[in-house]
Amino acid sequence: MNEESLFSLRNPWFRAGVGAAVAVFVVSAIIGFVWLPSAQSDPGFQGLWNAICSAAGVARDWHPGGSIVPPRYKTSEVELTPHMLDGATRLSIGRGATLSLRCTMCHGPQGISYANSPNLAGQYAGAIYKELEDFRSGARTSAVMSPMVADLSDNDMRDVAAYYASLPPPRPVQGTAPAIVVFGAPLRNIPACATCHGDIDHTTGAPLLDGLPAAYTQAQLAAFANGSRHNDFSEQMRNIARNMTPEEIDASAAWYASLQRR
Amino acid sequence: MLNNKRMILAHFWLAFGLFGVALVLGAWQMFIRSPLHPWLQDPELYYRSVTEHGTVMGYVFPTLIAMGFGYAVTELALKRPLIGVRWAWAGFILLALGAVTASVPVALGLASVLYTFYPPMIGNVFYYLGVVLVVVGSWIWVALMSVNFTAWKRANPGQPVPLAMFATTVGAYLWGWTAVGAATEVLFQILPAAFGLTSTINAGLARVFFSWTLHAIVYFWLMPAYIAYYTIVPRAIGGRLYSDAMARVSFILFLVVAMPIGLHHLFADPQVGSGFKFVQSVFTAFVSVPTLLTVFTICASVEVAGRLRGGKGVFGWIAKLPWDNPQMLAVALSFVMLGFGGAGGLINMSYQLDQPVHNTQWITGHFHLIFGGAIVIMYFAIAYDLWPQLTGRALANWRMMRWQLWLWFIGMIVTTFPWHFAGLIGMPRRMAYFDYSNPAIHPEAILVTASAIGGFILVISAILFFVVLLQGHRSPKIRHEEYRFSRPVHEAQRIPVALNSVALWVVLMIALTVTNYGYPIAQLLARSDGAVPVIPIGASR
Repeated sequence: MNEESLFSLRNPWFRAGVGAAVAVFVVSAIIGFVWLPSAQSDPGFQGLWNAICSAAGVARDWHPGGSIVPPRYKTSEVELTPHMLDGATRLSIGRGATLSLRCTMCHGPQGISYANSPNLAGQYAGAIYKELEDFRSGARTSAVMSPMVADLSDNDMRDVAAYYASLPPPRPVQGTAPAIVVFGAPLRNIPACATCHGDIDHTTGAPLLDGLPAAYTQAQLAAFANGSRHNDFSEQMRNIARNMTPEEIDASAAWYASLQRR
Repeated sequence: MLNNKRMILAHFWLAFGLFGVALVLGAWQMFIRSPLHPWLQDPELYYRSVTEHGTVMGYVFPTLIAMGFGYAVTELALKRPLIGVRWAWAGFILLALGAVTASVPVALGLASVLYTFYPPMIGNVFYYLGVVLVVVGSWIWVALMSVNFTAWKRANPGQPVPLAMFATTVGAYLWGWTAVGAATEVLFQILPAAFGLTSTINAGLARVFFSWTLHAIVYFWLMPAYIAYYTIVPRAIGGRLYSDAMARVSFILFLVVAMPIGLHHLFADPQVGSGFKFVQSVFTAFVSVPTLLTVFTICASVEVAGRLRGGKGVFGWIAKLPWDNPQMLAVALSFVMLGFGGAGGLINMSYQLDQPVHNTQWITGHFHLIFGGAIVIMYFAIAYDLWPQLTGRALANWRMMRWQLWLWFIGMIVTTFPWHFAGLIGMPRRMAYFDYSNPAIHPEAILVTASAIGGFILVISAILFFVVLLQGHRSPKIRHEEYRFSRPVHEAQRIPVALNSVALWVVLMIALTVTNYGYPIAQLLARSDGAVPVIPIGASR
């Protein structure tokens, strides 16, 4: 037998090899593309052609036309990029300092709060800008803050953010942070606080928590957990807060509050 | 007669040296995520280690073994010098360079993407370039096997190609084609992203391309072990190969059906249609055919040996087998692990049965039992058999070899059986940390502890293995004896051309790839909405 006759129907090995491969493919294709889909009652599987297309993985529009359900509340529309607020000018910081005079009653003359409201000194500009914009748009509501920002322009908010970002932040103390802060709770899908809020890493838009009053942190985590605060992107903080235990909330709040003030 | 002993030894030593490093990493991984060790606290270190372990054990180690063994088979079976020795050295250097190039970024924590790449994660570009060098080096070997095979056939028209060379060539062609999937993924999808030319990647398509490689690569790893079953073991234990034709049919079946089946790794992936998953599930089932043929043929060949040694009755021949011979022990232990691993594999490949074990520790247990157990124990056996030919010195410490093989077997069983069970009770794979104090997870603690102990037994076995090989380099020189592969019971003078050439079967392999992968790939290529942003690993943010 020579090489030419290998690819010939007279060669029994050719007949057996090709025949078996074709038979296995055809039989398994009939089962996989026709018979198994027929067990489905979805409209997308009805009829031979539909069944074959579905089993082949042809993309279908299962929920046609405008099926995105809008939330019943306003969500954040702020779009932040990592370096969006970099490079603030002296003029911008100065304007921000002037505008900040209206903030000092709660947030302190140097951005360090003595009234259980957040510290703003050394805060990331992106975080301040985002919260101001969310208060303005109504994505986040507060009886105090909402009227305060109502007449701020976009430029005003950038200037205020630039001013507070330019102030020196509280200095971290030495000590052992609680597990929830440095490790999170992987089994409950809770990343470490420090992966987004500074220390390990920082995520654009997430605020620095150092020195944050414990009462404020606890209140915000509770608000995230019950959904009354909902201006976090993609429900990140709501999903985290819902899974935190009261002990973890207290421990993280106490840790961040313990970070020394200047 | 071996003409290129240094080149072949270089392949084996680099392979086993890297294997030793990766094995220690594997044992460390088992340990630190077991209850024996407090939480590592930096999961990145764990994934760094997993990436290096997988890259070495999956790409570098078995490829070097297949290459070194392939060159040895070429010279020993064809009884003529290897054609293309310089190219073979070039391939070896590419592999060594590739291994280093890939390992450095992994060690620096710049490419903790695991050896399966997992786009949209993108690591340092040098990691992927290193893997490309490894694959290119191995393709040189594929070409050399093809050249030597063809040249011998031309010089010996009508003669049957020696079985060992036929099977090696089949393995080479299988690897040549199956590597195309991952190569396409790396060259056209991952590298542009790793170089920063694109910021998105079609992860679904990338996973389909990788599945093209991911299953047949296992059969590429397995080829040297199967070649040893057929062509070394029967001779080493004083028997004869039961059927040469059956052996060729088995290798041919591997070539044809090992390739178009990788989608069973993507049963849980949404981007491939269920019809194609089912078809590939059916083809996966057919891979059991050559394995069962092999089990039958080798058991029959071993029985021949037992009866030649005076064994009588239905089971009496078993007692007469040369159980003190490491080759006998290796094949027996390998078959036990192949049996359990194969049974688990039947579950993985079933479209429905896979659901409860998909992405659990069951899967890691499965492929460690098959590859780390059944296959790697035969790599040891191959080294034991070839070492006297390579060094010209006796390898006589059978006692230590038996200890080593037994410890490897026990270690692998102790590692993988609890691993399977942990998967059955729902333990996911690829996790750096488990809180065993959690009541839902607590039952897994004892299983993971057992696996970690198994890992340490494997390390001890590997130490013995290195001691045996190093002793082999220092023992007295022996008179050269002609190496021979096992001879079949019936030696055919002529065999059908279909069993003496691979053309028909390579065409079938490619045709089935087109039928089973063509549409899923074309569909994903045609869609414009499949790209997702890449996630840089180890980059500063």
